[in-house]
Amino acid sequence: MSTLDFNAELAAAGANVRNRWGAVRFFIRRYPLGAIGAVIMAIFVLAAIFAPYITIYDPLTTNAAVSLARPSATHWLGCDFMGRDVYSRIIYGARISLAVSVGSMLLGSSIGVTLGLLSGYLLGWFDLITQRFLEMMQALPLLVMAIIMAAALGPSLHNTIIAIAIPLVPYVARVIRANTLSLREQPFVEAAKAIGMSERRIALRHVLPNTLAPLIVLATAQLGSTILTESSLSFLGLGVPEPHPSWGRMLSESAAEYVRTAPWLVIFPGLAISFVVFGTNLLGDALRDLLDPRQRS
Amino acid sequence: MGAYLVRRFGLMVVTLFGISMLIFVLLRITPGNIADILFDAGGYVDPADKARIEHQLGLDKSIPLQYADWIGGLLHGDLGYSYQTEKPALDEILPRIPITARLAAIALTFSVLIGVPLGVISAVKQNTILDYFLRVLSLSGLSMPAFWLGLLILMFFVAEFGTIPIYTDQPTGFWNAILMYSVPAAAVGFRSSALMMRLTRSSMLEVLRQDYIRTARSKGASEGAINYYHALRNALLPVITVIGIEAAFLLGGLIVTETVFNIPGVARFLVEAIRWRDYPMVQNLVMFIAIVVVTINFAIDMLYAAVDPRIKYGN
Repeated sequence: MSTLDFNAELAAAGANVRNRWGAVRFFIRRYPLGAIGAVIMAIFVLAAIFAPYITIYDPLTTNAAVSLARPSATHWLGCDFMGRDVYSRIIYGARISLAVSVGSMLLGSSIGVTLGLLSGYLLGWFDLITQRFLEMMQALPLLVMAIIMAAALGPSLHNTIIAIAIPLVPYVARVIRANTLSLREQPFVEAAKAIGMSERRIALRHVLPNTLAPLIVLATAQLGSTILTESSLSFLGLGVPEPHPSWGRMLSESAAEYVRTAPWLVIFPGLAISFVVFGTNLLGDALRDLLDPRQRS
Repeated sequence: MGAYLVRRFGLMVVTLFGISMLIFVLLRITPGNIADILFDAGGYVDPADKARIEHQLGLDKSIPLQYADWIGGLLHGDLGYSYQTEKPALDEILPRIPITARLAAIALTFSVLIGVPLGVISAVKQNTILDYFLRVLSLSGLSMPAFWLGLLILMFFVAEFGTIPIYTDQPTGFWNAILMYSVPAAAVGFRSSALMMRLTRSSMLEVLRQDYIRTARSKGASEGAINYYHALRNALLPVITVIGIEAAFLLGGLIVTETVFNIPGVARFLVEAIRWRDYPMVQNLVMFIAIVVVTINFAIDMLYAAVDPRIKYGN
């Protein structure tokens, strides 16, 4: 039994995979929407990495002379109340979105995977208590849970990551637990037991790698939801604080007022959020189709 | 069924107790209590004054004792007083419930009426241009932050009518009231309908691959009969479960939408109470939300058994 192998998965989906480019071409042909999603994600990541090279103005420097300036040749997407360039703030905002979404997903997934694996492997009282606890956490809507966590921890970039990661834990843990339960009955696990492999080695070498496919599907699907949650938290003033240029925060600065007077302050940050989340959703859907054979038609 | 009902109900009570403890502890680890906030505004802090206020509010007691006070009161219908308005918490929460409930009901209706038919069409026409279009549409719905959609709607109103729909306690006439709720409900409902459509589609696709659909086809049943008589009826079962997920999803949308449209409902009140560190309000509101979500899921479990003859709990 091997670990996750994309080429093997692609071959199973009917691809004639001779080399890496063949696999990429197949993915584009078979999942055109997924490929568009991957391109959007690439743009998002590149914008975050190369932010200083693709912007002219500093996202934090204020300039009263261009307060609420309309979009023009000098300020492509206009300026906000403090005269900060909206385009620069959106590009630098990608860094915040990327940090929060990837950070909270990694943190939430690692706690979730650990709990799910232990729960599905140890069973007994540990499983019982963990499951009840996770059920409790899931009884509250994700945003409500994140709001309470954010309020309890106080506004900062780190705390926002934690506040979004914790509510994700039950979703990951449950998928991994269910997967672990079915994996431990598989012949290759029995075989490993028969040759005298230790339980811990089986869990780490055989069970864990095989939970990777559902984890990737779940993580990609959750990536969009973490970006949306961050923007909602920041919109409500409970997320990433000033002076960080967070997309949600940009929308919260007396948004209702600018709906009348400066629509560009409302339109562009929202477009950025929707565009990136749309990309993660497209890619997530394609990966689910590819990695979850039950969905394959 | 009876035994299952009792066990399921017991589990529900345990879950709610767990949530109450979780919320209580989380709110107590927050740096700074209401006394700090009150005195921050004043500038000069007299320790004796601060201690007096903390004593008045019961903040000087140990955390387990504060918890016992709260739960004891809750079981007697006494929710304590709001720190912020100094009115009984119940008097603050009760008038806000119908507002949020109306919004949620209209949004849910909206999402079912739009999401289910579109989900069926998308599944029946799988991998056609129409299916792709509907899938992209629903995905874009899910990709938009609910508050942004609300802001775009406000912007549309400004451009079209030169004004924005403003919430009032006393709307003039039935239709005005409907309109007042429908606009924000549409903002929430659009996202929920996208979720509903995706789930209906995948549920319908699963059913369409079943053997009995092939049987129906081979006996010469028309496509319409297969889709609506055989497939949809079975595909709708999992969709019922989805309403539970929808309820939680809607609530998240309502929090930001009520804020955007300035509607004095329960959801927006939660955010305000958190900003004020108004513990009694926050913990009561979160408890209220948890009770609503847990009860809806309980009801759906029961409903599921009622509509699906294959499910018999407790056997």
